[in-house]
Amino acid sequence: MAILPPGVSSADFGSALAEFVGAVGKEWVLSSDEDLAPYRDHYSPVPLEEDELLPSAAVAPNTVEQVQAIVRTANRYRTPLYPISTGKNFAYGGPAPNLRGSVIVDLKRMNKVLEVNAERNFALVEPGVSYFDLYRHIQERGLKVWLDCPDPGWGSPIGNTMDRGIGYTLGFYRDHAGAQCGVEVVLASGEVMRTGMGALPNGRAWQEYKYGFGPDPAGLFPQGNYGIVTKMGLRLMPQPEHWRNGLVTVPKRRDLVALVNTVNYLNDLCMIGDPWYGSPLRALLGNTEFREAATRRGGANEAEMDRLAAAASLHSWQVELQFYGSERTTLANWEYAKELAARNIPGARLIDGESLAVPLTREQIEKTTGPYSTNMRRNVTQGVPSLGIWKNLGRTEAAPDSWAQGHVGLFAVLPRTAEAVFDAQHVFRDTMIDLGLESGINALSTPLMWYQFAFLFSAGFSTGGGNAVATPEGKAKVRDGLRALLAKAAEHGWSEYRAAPYFQDDVAEQYSFNDHALRRFNETIKDAVDPNGILAPGRGGIWPKHLRGRRA
Amino acid sequence: MRRSLVLVTAGAFALAAGAITAQETAVVEQGKVVFQHYCAPCHGDGRGDDGAPMLPGTHALYLKYKGQKPELLEQRMDLPAEFIRAIVRNGVASMPPFRKTEVTDEDIAALAAYLAASSRARSRQSP
Repeated sequence: MAILPPGVSSADFGSALAEFVGAVGKEWVLSSDEDLAPYRDHYSPVPLEEDELLPSAAVAPNTVEQVQAIVRTANRYRTPLYPISTGKNFAYGGPAPNLRGSVIVDLKRMNKVLEVNAERNFALVEPGVSYFDLYRHIQERGLKVWLDCPDPGWGSPIGNTMDRGIGYTLGFYRDHAGAQCGVEVVLASGEVMRTGMGALPNGRAWQEYKYGFGPDPAGLFPQGNYGIVTKMGLRLMPQPEHWRNGLVTVPKRRDLVALVNTVNYLNDLCMIGDPWYGSPLRALLGNTEFREAATRRGGANEAEMDRLAAAASLHSWQVELQFYGSERTTLANWEYAKELAARNIPGARLIDGESLAVPLTREQIEKTTGPYSTNMRRNVTQGVPSLGIWKNLGRTEAAPDSWAQGHVGLFAVLPRTAEAVFDAQHVFRDTMIDLGLESGINALSTPLMWYQFAFLFSAGFSTGGGNAVATPEGKAKVRDGLRALLAKAAEHGWSEYRAAPYFQDDVAEQYSFNDHALRRFNETIKDAVDPNGILAPGRGGIWPKHLRGRRA
Repeated sequence: MRRSLVLVTAGAFALAAGAITAQETAVVEQGKVVFQHYCAPCHGDGRGDDGAPMLPGTHALYLKYKGQKPELLEQRMDLPAEFIRAIVRNGVASMPPFRKTEVTDEDIAALAAYLAASSRARSRQSP
């Protein structure tokens, strides 16, 4: 027992552990170094330092009643808890807590798929159910519903939703917090609460009308610390009959303005799935002259970029569109997208992609030899969980004896405009270079449309290579670097949508309108519903009264 | 050749290993389930995403061992339970660790039994 929860005596902690054993059994109260090692953040930016966010113990209930008992014990001994679902929130802290010394409430053993309804298109699950588990459940029963998976897919619908994770299919479904439809929560008091129609004792539409009557507190639990979610409904996409993709490319750098507006229009009419932006000019990055132009401090020169693109007979931008529906409706939507792009953007090229009956075969999911080179990840666009993206972290053919240890994520929320993208390209790149960090950002970097109505711009970085955290200097560079990037983003009115525990205070600090009215409101709620401050202190930048001095 | 191999059944293990008890067969079957659930999405056979020739874990071991050892865990004959446990509980390189709530110590022992049986069976199938 190397670490104690802050403010808890050794005797009280021993008593709490004994009560946990009484609640869940000796086997599921873990406190040895070996048992706790997997609760570290494997990609921590501060590995093996004094302030690494390590737990004091872990307790693993498998019923709601056991969760209630754990919470009541924690209240008795003022023991901070940190609930996790499957603990796979890597790059955002994994299973590690916000407050060093917290007891992890590991909900993995609560792993029942309670219902999948393929007529009304929803699921009701426990926290330990992973996307792989739910996918297998659906496939084994031949049900005609799809998941919207994050990438990689070994996390859980509840865990991912509670961190406002995202996916890759149609807009409504890929906003996982938005597709949540009713939660059951163990509150800090130990009481069980259900939201929406679940609050009706005999509610029959819990997963269909999530609001119920009066305020809907379900939205308080993602990135919050007001309760432990023990059940959640999520909307599932009916399996479409057909999937089709197509590519739009546009010649000039400034054409991104009209391209973004065109895609916004199609997206907001719910005609397309997740659009994938890119640049054909990436093929030129090996060319010294082009690379200098694409990484020029202060931003690229438009005329110079257009000249280099024209000389190489390449277009400047592309977006790959995907359509879900029937063969005829997907064709009609693609034909309309082509008509719109041709009308809005002179010189646009419109290239038919593949037209495939759903479900795709294994070979079709693996296929990358369509009519054009595609960046679109086929598994996730088909609702199939995968770990294939792990290839980005492992050894490479070019460097088989080294590997990136992980990455620090920073996805800045931008307005959906080309101007914001142009700004973000050079603001983030220049800042990273000034900080001595390796940066993959350049004048070709494109936004992500994981959320239905916002751009996310990736300004994260690997913690391998030149950004390695193997030395104290390396760790400091990474930590300070991320904070400097966040500060620079805030100057431009952007910020992070999600963060690892180590950086959550930094992000929350930026949401400071009217002297932090939002944070003060959140902490007023915290003090009211969790007066002893036992649930995930610090999560989302929300600290209980007695721990506010710990705010970073 | 690697891709032509197929997963073998517990029955094949029994033939490969000679006379083994029903309990041992059940352990191997349990290990197979654990492997397929937790290991195969990264360390299994078959292609990775986006046209990658192998899944990420398999590819990492292919690059690491450069042909000196099989990249497929199911072909490895040098993975005792204690070694597997150390890797599973602590992670290695970009592979994060797994907790007891995911893979129990009993699961790890079963996994070791499965990998031993699998590698024996596959070595018999190889020309």
